[in-house]
Amino acid sequence: MSTSQGEHIVRSFDTELEELNQTIVRMGGIAESLLATAIQALSRRDSELASRVVKSDGEIDLLEQKINEQAVQMLALRQPMANDLRAVVSALRISSDLERIGDYAANVAKRSMALNQVPPVQPASSIPRMARLVQANIKRVLDAYIAQDAEMALDVWHSDGEVDEMYTSLFRETLTYMMEDPRNITPCTHILFIAKNIERIGDHATNIAELVHFLVKGVQIEGGRPKGDTTSYAVMEPKPNAEEAPANGG
Amino acid sequence: MTEVAAPITEIRRPDLSGKRVARRYAAERRFRAYGLTAIFIAVAMLGLLLVSIVSKGYSAFVQTYVELEINFDAAKIDPDGTRDPAKLAAFNYQGLVNDALYAQFPDVTERRERRSLRGLIGNSAGIELRDMVLADPGLIGTTREVAFKSSDDFDTFVKGHISRDLAEADRRVKDQEIAWIDALEADGQVDVRFNTTFFTTGDSREPEQAGIWGAAVGSFLTLTITLLLSFPIGVLAAVYLEEFAPKNRLTDLIEVNINNLAAVPSIVFGLLGLAVFLNFLGMPRSAPLVGGMVLALMTLPTIIIAARAALKAVPPSIREAALGVGASRLQTVTHHVLPLAMPGILTGTIIGMAQALGETAPLLMIGMVAFIVDIPGGFTDPATVLPVQIYLWADAPERAFVAKTSAAIMVLLTFLIFMNAVAVLLRKRFERRW
Amino acid sequence: MSAVEVQEAQIAHDLHKVVARDVNVYYGEAHALKHVDLDIGSNEVTSLIGPSGCGKSTFLRCLNRMNDVIEGCRVTGQITLDGEDIYDKSLDVVQLRARVGMVFQKPNPFPKSVYDNIAYGPRIHGIGAGKSEMDEIVESSLSRAGLWEEVKDRLEKPGTGLSGGQQQRLCIARAIAVNPEVILMDEPCSALDPIATAKIEELIDELRQNFTIVIVTHSMQQAARVSQKTAFFHLGTLVEWGDTQELFTNPRDERTQGYITGRFG
Repeated sequence: MSTSQGEHIVRSFDTELEELNQTIVRMGGIAESLLATAIQALSRRDSELASRVVKSDGEIDLLEQKINEQAVQMLALRQPMANDLRAVVSALRISSDLERIGDYAANVAKRSMALNQVPPVQPASSIPRMARLVQANIKRVLDAYIAQDAEMALDVWHSDGEVDEMYTSLFRETLTYMMEDPRNITPCTHILFIAKNIERIGDHATNIAELVHFLVKGVQIEGGRPKGDTTSYAVMEPKPNAEEAPANGG
Repeated sequence: MTEVAAPITEIRRPDLSGKRVARRYAAERRFRAYGLTAIFIAVAMLGLLLVSIVSKGYSAFVQTYVELEINFDAAKIDPDGTRDPAKLAAFNYQGLVNDALYAQFPDVTERRERRSLRGLIGNSAGIELRDMVLADPGLIGTTREVAFKSSDDFDTFVKGHISRDLAEADRRVKDQEIAWIDALEADGQVDVRFNTTFFTTGDSREPEQAGIWGAAVGSFLTLTITLLLSFPIGVLAAVYLEEFAPKNRLTDLIEVNINNLAAVPSIVFGLLGLAVFLNFLGMPRSAPLVGGMVLALMTLPTIIIAARAALKAVPPSIREAALGVGASRLQTVTHHVLPLAMPGILTGTIIGMAQALGETAPLLMIGMVAFIVDIPGGFTDPATVLPVQIYLWADAPERAFVAKTSAAIMVLLTFLIFMNAVAVLLRKRFERRW
Repeated sequence: MSAVEVQEAQIAHDLHKVVARDVNVYYGEAHALKHVDLDIGSNEVTSLIGPSGCGKSTFLRCLNRMNDVIEGCRVTGQITLDGEDIYDKSLDVVQLRARVGMVFQKPNPFPKSVYDNIAYGPRIHGIGAGKSEMDEIVESSLSRAGLWEEVKDRLEKPGTGLSGGQQQRLCIARAIAVNPEVILMDEPCSALDPIATAKIEELIDELRQNFTIVIVTHSMQQAARVSQKTAFFHLGTLVEWGDTQELFTNPRDERTQGYITGRFG
């Protein structure tokens, strides 16, 4: 962490905080590239690449474990206070968000392998656009974390609405395709889940943005989260039986 | 915190060679040797002092008596047979003693020789006989053995302080007297007994009559006055200065003055007593009252300093504790601080008293150096004190007073040891840990 | 004072046990405490933290006027206890100290028996006439200090013979024996081991039911554990005070943050 107030009297404490910080940044980098690779595998229909994403998810899990250990050790031995306490607590939670991001990226990769078994469908082309936005958010939120920039974090937090809106429109589009031709149902369901996963990744980026804000300012972001995801209430008029969104929607 | 980055050029480890260790051990051994030597010298000096005093003085605790066959001749003492005490008292009993001596040594007829023969017995013999007869008139008409104090020369000779080997001209006891003494000893008439007189009478020109009781009583009366004055005044002054007085120029000045007073030569206090108590206030000379007042002045600084030190030694946490539960400052002092300081104050007081007990100089100035035979009966009676008595006896010409002087010193030392023992005991008893 | 200020002051007095306004303390020329405004709530534990020499103990000692004893110490400003100015000329300082008890850094029982240690305060304040009443006060005070079970068989033994932690609890029992309204504690655990410290902390938490407690401590963890309100002093000024939880997670002032995270000494 960049120490705006100078070093601790006990300098090994600084070293430990810095180490924790580095681990988070590394983990963030991996999570970000996992998503990018997964999307690449999807758009190129490259199962080889996709399977590599699934495998390297394990690395991120290991890093999360490491952060857990470091954080617990610091809580027990250093008894951090104020911004140090927030740094350790945020690190713990950011790492779990990043681990989830890794999981979702792996999930996207798995589903892209399934999609490769069937002919491509139109809605798949919207996924990379949405993914790019989410990816940019992850990148920015990690930058905000490194720079301890609450404003940038707040910015990311606000832009999650856009991701949600894209997801909602993709959801409607996919439903339409499925209604048009039942043969589209298999690929479209996968696409729907992929979109959902990416949307969840966006939510985790928002979580991280909140944590960065808390870390820097010491208070939670005021006001409710921007919600662009209305798929929970989405109903397609022609065929009312396609009512429910994925179970973990929202 | 930042200059730690300075490059470490060389790590200097302690020199662990045996040479340094040996030097250190040697220094420690040397130091111990110096200390032991110092203690040995101090103990040796003290031992020498004690041995010299005891060896000179022990003989004063015994007295040589001569037993003579006294004929209480009724015809001489009470020719009328009336047993009238006035008449009995008027008789010259010394004659009876002389008669007994002449009877013992019938060969001695010359006047001069007879006089020196009479000189073997102390001057008080006649008075002792008179007192015996007055106490028991039934003695008249009887003959019995009576033990008389020998004269001081006789006594000194018997105790071995006068050597037979000296030339007769250099000796206070002449050859003829030695012959008499030897004859008396051969008859078993010379007896050495415990000298009760020494502990029961006042001063006297005659060594065999002189005692220290008068001086001891004088010392006691004087110290009583000293204690009664200096202890309350000293403790109150110390408590006020230490616990209540604000710290400012005035109290600093007072403190410096008190410390200086403790260093003032004691004779100055005597001069002060002479000027103020005797000349200005017209108090009686040689009186324990005045002596006590002068000694109180002298002891006050000691007591104040000791009491302040004792008060200072009470940890401030005790004062805080008392104030914290809502005790007033006075309550804090009287309930907590003073009781805790008391052992120290008492020790200081007793040491001050011991100092006062041994003091001579100021008392010389107020007339307590006078020759006083009577045992003082009150604070205004003329009196002398132990150290002054020692001084007087040390000055006396008679050979027997040398032993008396040392004996008096022993008595004084005994008192001092006793007082110090009481101080130690008090400290042990009241000392508390906190 | 404007009308609003007067009103605010009134509210502060109504809500708080002790209200300090613009308190300054001078030791001779040295300005030890500067313009301190602090409210201390009833039945709350307020901890005062800060580096050594920051004035926290000085402030604590203002609250029962223990500073009066110190030569050359001068206090200005106003401190009220239940709305009553404790530096008022007409106020008797001994009575004030009966209302505001104190426990010190080093356990300092009187070198007397356990019983007399407790009974001393009530005795000088005329509480508890007769032996049986005094016995009752002693027992209840020791019980409240959590010490009764440990010392009930040795009431006549000297208080100085107890262990450090027991001595400190004895001192707390001695302080509460006179039923003060406020108890001041000046680093009460600094000389104790962690177990004894934990016992004292537990005791402080219980005492909060009946007393208003102000505690000076060097241990931030202790302040965090026992107090509801925390005040941070630095270089004679009160930098920040507020809810303990708030102060330790998100201090408003840089200096507070620096101190509690261990960034300056």
